[in-house]
Amino acid sequence: MKTLLRTLLTALSVAMLLMLAACGGSSSSGSGSSGGSSASLNIAFLPKAINNPYFDTAANGAKQAATELKGQFKQVGPTESSAAAQVPFINTLTEQHVSAIVVSANDPNALAPALKRAMQQGIKVVSYDSDVAPDARQIFVNQANSEDIGRIEVQILGKLINYSGDIAILSAASTATNQNTWIGYMKDELTKPQYKNMHLVKIAYGNDDDQQSFQQTLGLLQAYPDLKGIISPTTVGLAAAARAIESVGKGGKVMLTGLGTPNLMRKYVKDGTCPEFALWNPADLGYLAYYAAAALVEGKITGKPGESFNAGKLGTKTIGPNNVVLLGPPTVFNKDNIDQFNF
Amino acid sequence: MSTTTTRVEESRGRVRPGGKRLVALVGRVRELGLIVVLLVIVALVGLQTPRFLTPGNFEQILLSIAILAIVAVGETMVILTRNVDLSVGSTVGMTAFVCADVLKNHPQTPVILIILLGCALGAVLGAVNGLIVALGRVPAIVATLGTLYLYRGLDSYIAGGTQVSAYDVPDSFLSLATTHILGVPALIVFAAAIALIFAYLLRATRTGRELYALGSNPEAARLAGLRAERLIFLTFLLCGLLSGFAGVLWGARFATVDSGAATGLELQVIAAVVVGGVNIFGGSGTILGAMLGAIVLGTIDNALTLLKLSQFWLQAIDGAAILAAVTLDALITRWLQHRLRGGRQR
Repeated sequence: MKTLLRTLLTALSVAMLLMLAACGGSSSSGSGSSGGSSASLNIAFLPKAINNPYFDTAANGAKQAATELKGQFKQVGPTESSAAAQVPFINTLTEQHVSAIVVSANDPNALAPALKRAMQQGIKVVSYDSDVAPDARQIFVNQANSEDIGRIEVQILGKLINYSGDIAILSAASTATNQNTWIGYMKDELTKPQYKNMHLVKIAYGNDDDQQSFQQTLGLLQAYPDLKGIISPTTVGLAAAARAIESVGKGGKVMLTGLGTPNLMRKYVKDGTCPEFALWNPADLGYLAYYAAAALVEGKITGKPGESFNAGKLGTKTIGPNNVVLLGPPTVFNKDNIDQFNF
Repeated sequence: MSTTTTRVEESRGRVRPGGKRLVALVGRVRELGLIVVLLVIVALVGLQTPRFLTPGNFEQILLSIAILAIVAVGETMVILTRNVDLSVGSTVGMTAFVCADVLKNHPQTPVILIILLGCALGAVLGAVNGLIVALGRVPAIVATLGTLYLYRGLDSYIAGGTQVSAYDVPDSFLSLATTHILGVPALIVFAAAIALIFAYLLRATRTGRELYALGSNPEAARLAGLRAERLIFLTFLLCGLLSGFAGVLWGARFATVDSGAATGLELQVIAAVVVGGVNIFGGSGTILGAMLGAIVLGTIDNALTLLKLSQFWLQAIDGAAILAAVTLDALITRWLQHRLRGGRQR
C-alpha cells in the first residue's frame, strides 16, 4: 500500500515537472513568434481596482480597439485600490509573457520594480489614467492634461459659489498620483486674484471607498460649518459626497463639483447638489491606451517623444515630452448635456 | 451574563456566599466604565469645540454607527457562544447590492418587500454559516473566513462590475435612510429598537440565558442538556438576518452600491463588540455593552474630525481602545476568579 502510494506520488511529480517544462517551452516559443513579423497582440489591462464602473468603461473602449486590431484583450486587477495588491498581478502577467501590460498605478514607485522586471523580459508597459515612475513604462496615456483638469475644477466651483467662501477637497488615497497632481494645480489656480476670497481649509481622503468618502464628507460639513463648496476629483468620492451632502439636507447650500461619471451623478446634477462636473471619456482613454500598447508591440513606435501612431477613430496621436500621449481636453457635464452620455 | 457564570460556578460547588452579587456588580461596573469613558471624551472635546455638544452632532454620531450597531447586535450573540462571524461585511455587501439591483430593475417593488428580501437573503447566508459551524464542527473563525470570501465573490459575480447609483433607485427607498420617526432619524430608531428587543430576549428568555451558559462552559452546558448545535445555528441565522437588514439600510444610506460595499465592516463590528466588554471567548457581555462600544468608537471618530486632527490617527486610537478594553477585561476576569475561588483554595 505504502509503496503504491509512493509510486503514485512520484509519477505525479514527474508528470507535473513535464507539464511545467512544456509550459515554459510553449510560452518561450510564443514570445519568440511575437518577436517575428506577425506580432500577436496579447494585451492585459491592470486598473487600480476591478468592479469600478470608470475602469469598466475604459475596458469597453479597449475591447473595441482590440476588435479593430484583431488582438486579444483581458483585464485583471485587485478588488481594492492598493499598490501592494497590484504587484502580484504584474508578476503573474510577466510570467504569462503577455505582449503588453497597460496599468493604472495606485502608487508611482511601489509598482516600478515589478514593471521594470516585466520590461526586461520584453513586455511593453503603458500606463494610463494614473502614471507610474517614468522609467518604469514606455508610454503614459494621459486622459487629459493634468493642469487642465486641476484648473477646470476650481473654475467650475468658483463660478458655483460666486468666488467666495471656504472650500475643501475630498480626494482618493493620500498617495494617489493623479489626484495629488491635480490638487497641486488646484492650489496654484487658487492663487490667482479672482479666487482671493476662496479659502482651501482641508484636504480629506476617502480612499475611493463609498463609506469612507461619505463619512469624510460628513466630517468636513461638521468640522467646517461655513463650508461653501467641495471639490472631489474622484468618481467614487464625488458620488459619495453628493449623497452625504443630500443626507444632511445641505444639497444646493454646499456646492459640489469634481470628476465623476454621468450615470453616477445624473440624479445629483438634476437636483442641484452637484450642478456641474468634469471628466474625459474613459472609453476613449481605454481605446487610446490599447492602440498605444499595440503600436509598441508591433514595433511601429518605441515610445520616444515626437513619434506618431494611428489611433483608429481618434486619428493620429503624437508622443509628447516625458513620453506622454494626451487624450484631449476634459468635458464638462451639466443638466443640459448629461443625458447625451451613458457611462 | 453574570448570573449564568455564577450558576455554572455554583454547580461546581465552589462559589463563596455573596459571589453572585459580586459578579453582577462587576458586570455593571464594566458598562458604567464605558459610560464614564464616554463622558470624559465628551467633556474634554466639548471644552475644545463647543459645537461637539450640540444635539445635531450627537445625532450625527448615532447616525454614523446605526448600521454597524445593528450588525453588532447579531455579532454579540454569536460571540457569546464562543464563536465569531467574520462574514458579516460580505453579507451586508451582498444584500445591499442585490436589494438595490432588484429595485433598479423593478422600481415598483414596495420598500417593505425589499426589506423582507434583504432579511431573508441575510438569513440564508447566516444559516449556511450556522450549518458549517454547528453541524460541520468547523471552527467558526475558519468557516466564516471562508464564507467572507465566498459571499464577496458571489457578490462580485452577481454585480459583474456594475453599480447601482442613486438615480437608479426610487426616492422611497433612499428615504429609508433620511426619514424621521417622531423627530428621530429612522436609522437610529431601527438600531435602538433592535438593540432593545434583543437585549430583552437575551436577558429574560430561556434561550437567551442558554447562550450565556453555552459560552461560559460548553461542556457543562451540554451535560446540562442544552442543545448546543441548535443554539449555535440560531445565533448565526439571527446574525445573518440582522446583517441582511443592515444591508438594505446600507443601500439606502450610501445610495451608490457596487460589489465592494461594506468591505472590512466585520472588523469594525468586532471592534465595537469587544470594546463594549463582550468577552471574545464567549459567555459574558451584553448588547447594551456592545452598543456602548460602538458609540464610544463613533464618538472618538467624530471628535477627531471636529478637533481637525489627521484621520491617520483614527486607526491607532481605535486600536488602543481595543487593547485597553481587552486588557481591562482580562484583569477583571482574573480578579473575579481569584475572589470567587479564594476562600476554598487557600
